Amino acid sequence: MPKTPPGARRSVGWMGLARGHRAKPTEWLVEKGIFLLSFTAIVMIFLIFLFVGREAWPILTGRMDSSLVRELQDIIPVEDLEKTPPERLRQYLGLTREQFQSMDRETLRDLMQLRIESREQMPDDKDALLNTLQWRYVLGPHQWTGYDRPVYIWQPVSAIHKYNIVPLIVGSLKATFVALIFAVPLGVAAAIYVSQLAPPRLREWLKPAIELLAGIPSVVLGFFALIVLASVLQAVLGYPSRLNAFLAGIALGLAVIPVVFSIAEDALTSVPRSYSEAALALGSTRWQAAWQIVLPAALPGVFAAVVLGFGRAIGETMIVLMASGNASILSWSLFDSVRTITATIAAELAETVVGGHHYRMLFMLGVLLFAVTFLSNLAGDFFIHRLKARLEGRR
Amino acid sequence: MNRPINLAARGPFGVGRFEPVSFFCTGLTGAATFLILAILAVILGNIIWHGGAGFSLRFIFGSADRDMFDPARAGVGPMVFGTAARVILMTLFVLPVGVATAIYLTEYARSGALLTRVIRSAVNNLAGVPSIVFGLFGLGFFISAVGGSLDGLLYPGNPKPVWGKPALIWASLTLAVMTLPVVIVATEESLRAIPPGLREASLALGATKLQTILRIVLPQALPGILTGSILAVSRAAGEVAPILFTGAAYYMASLPRALTDQFMDLAYHVFVLSTQAPDVDKSRPILYGTVVVLLGLTFALNVVAILIRTRVRRRLRQLG
Repeated sequence: MPKTPPGARRSVGWMGLARGHRAKPTEWLVEKGIFLLSFTAIVMIFLIFLFVGREAWPILTGRMDSSLVRELQDIIPVEDLEKTPPERLRQYLGLTREQFQSMDRETLRDLMQLRIESREQMPDDKDALLNTLQWRYVLGPHQWTGYDRPVYIWQPVSAIHKYNIVPLIVGSLKATFVALIFAVPLGVAAAIYVSQLAPPRLREWLKPAIELLAGIPSVVLGFFALIVLASVLQAVLGYPSRLNAFLAGIALGLAVIPVVFSIAEDALTSVPRSYSEAALALGSTRWQAAWQIVLPAALPGVFAAVVLGFGRAIGETMIVLMASGNASILSWSLFDSVRTITATIAAELAETVVGGHHYRMLFMLGVLLFAVTFLSNLAGDFFIHRLKARLEGRR
Repeated sequence: MNRPINLAARGPFGVGRFEPVSFFCTGLTGAATFLILAILAVILGNIIWHGGAGFSLRFIFGSADRDMFDPARAGVGPMVFGTAARVILMTLFVLPVGVATAIYLTEYARSGALLTRVIRSAVNNLAGVPSIVFGLFGLGFFISAVGGSLDGLLYPGNPKPVWGKPALIWASLTLAVMTLPVVIVATEESLRAIPPGLREASLALGATKLQTILRIVLPQALPGILTGSILAVSRAAGEVAPILFTGAAYYMASLPRALTDQFMDLAYHVFVLSTQAPDVDKSRPILYGTVVVLLGLTFALNVVAILIRTRVRRRLRQLG
């Protein structure tokens, strides 16, 4: 921060708006313009927190009902179109006032016919009466009709909407786990090599080269996993399903490596050179200095790298959408297809009715994702502050 | 005798000492580094090897309206246009807002104030929000809330939405919000790297605060701002998740003519070709060709950004 004289600081006022001015009016205008623009940015940032949550609010507060009770009751025969009061008819067809007014009799008749047909297709089992949006169905197992034991199922477009998010969470965690197992050792080892061991001339080339990996769009990594890597890995490891959590995890790892590398490298470089020089002067090798002195000193930064890498992996969409197989199978095997939280949102949102329960459920998943990445960012920030505090000698 | 010893000149094992464990571990980390580079080389090599074949100017600028999946006739012209349009629009939105915010944060706001700290941590957190969440935000805010109320205001009684549907402008705005932290952080960094003495000298000569910012600080910070915005553009060009529901179209017969039109997109097209092509083997040359065009675009931008950054760092080192 530039140092401002104490007097100047006082005259700035609240957000600079109440600042005493002897400047020209045009300058005053330009400055107000700057404030306005920055205000837009600030407002935008808070709107994100607000609007994703707003769409999911009815689900979070449990005010939404997905049970088919309404569909199962009271059928109005098509012949009764003229006899039924308009308001009741509107509610029966589930239309808004504007929609109802813009429709002619012919359309209304068709809609009534559709209602009767959908009633006939309605499953006649007890599950149709359940509100599957309740937390115990969203998070807990349930024995659906036709199953011999309680299960976790995500099946939002079946006759009975099953919204259990456990398979999705486990799917995301499986892919992320593989990604971190693959990316963290590689990324941290490369960071140690580049920041501590590599000859300086090589270092100038290595850093931007690895950062180039971050420049590959995730859709290209997904494409590579789907078209090339899938067949290669299947041929080598011989697992049955071509697209699975392991493949998605490896491809995700490619996206996570640059994140882990650059944060860990920053942390290792920020350790004062005097640390390793002291070790070298006492006769240690460069590796011993890096491993026993610099790495322990930079450890919070390495934790931050892992945590932020986790946030990146769990939020990545296109790679898992293309490479994970997208079948919501709940199992312990890493070689089964999985459906992750992000891929579910990406694949299903386009087909949902705006404001319907499926739509809101996907926004709920978005809120969950937001919360998880928010926490991992917070943890990353915390570790980076710890690192700074440690290196500056106030702990 | 005060000269520091250049330790790096003594080889990778410190001051001329050999120790087997260190030798092995150094080799291991070096191998990890080169494994990453090898993976990068394999990916790029594979794409260039296969993509070079079906690659031509006709392919880049050719129209897509005959058959998207036929290697002999397909072109990605409309996709290149769509991607360019959304990225340029996004830059128009994000650059003024991002730079203004950074100027406000570094030059005007009191650094210790609660509000400033809240904004900073909000910006930092925004950088880690998954891109699919931005897609949800674009749908919930821009399309439903803003677009929906625009329709209500401008075309009351019209059942067909004009603004309240996926469109070029909403995709660009969503991407602008997504890349906002990149621009803010890069600009802030380059503003803070300018020595305070420069500002004080200008103020001491009687310049107003705004004159100092516009004529002294910003020109010095320009390369840094440029790097940040190029990186933002290159990141946005390859993103698919935020535009899935906010504007990208599977197929359009014509180029987008208005801000409210949908558009075909290069990155989205890679996704379409690799997951929804009727015959993946047959359309493989188009797929690789599209990837080459997309990668060429993002890499060119990245390389430019890295070059500017290295030059700026060198110059700042001389300054400081």
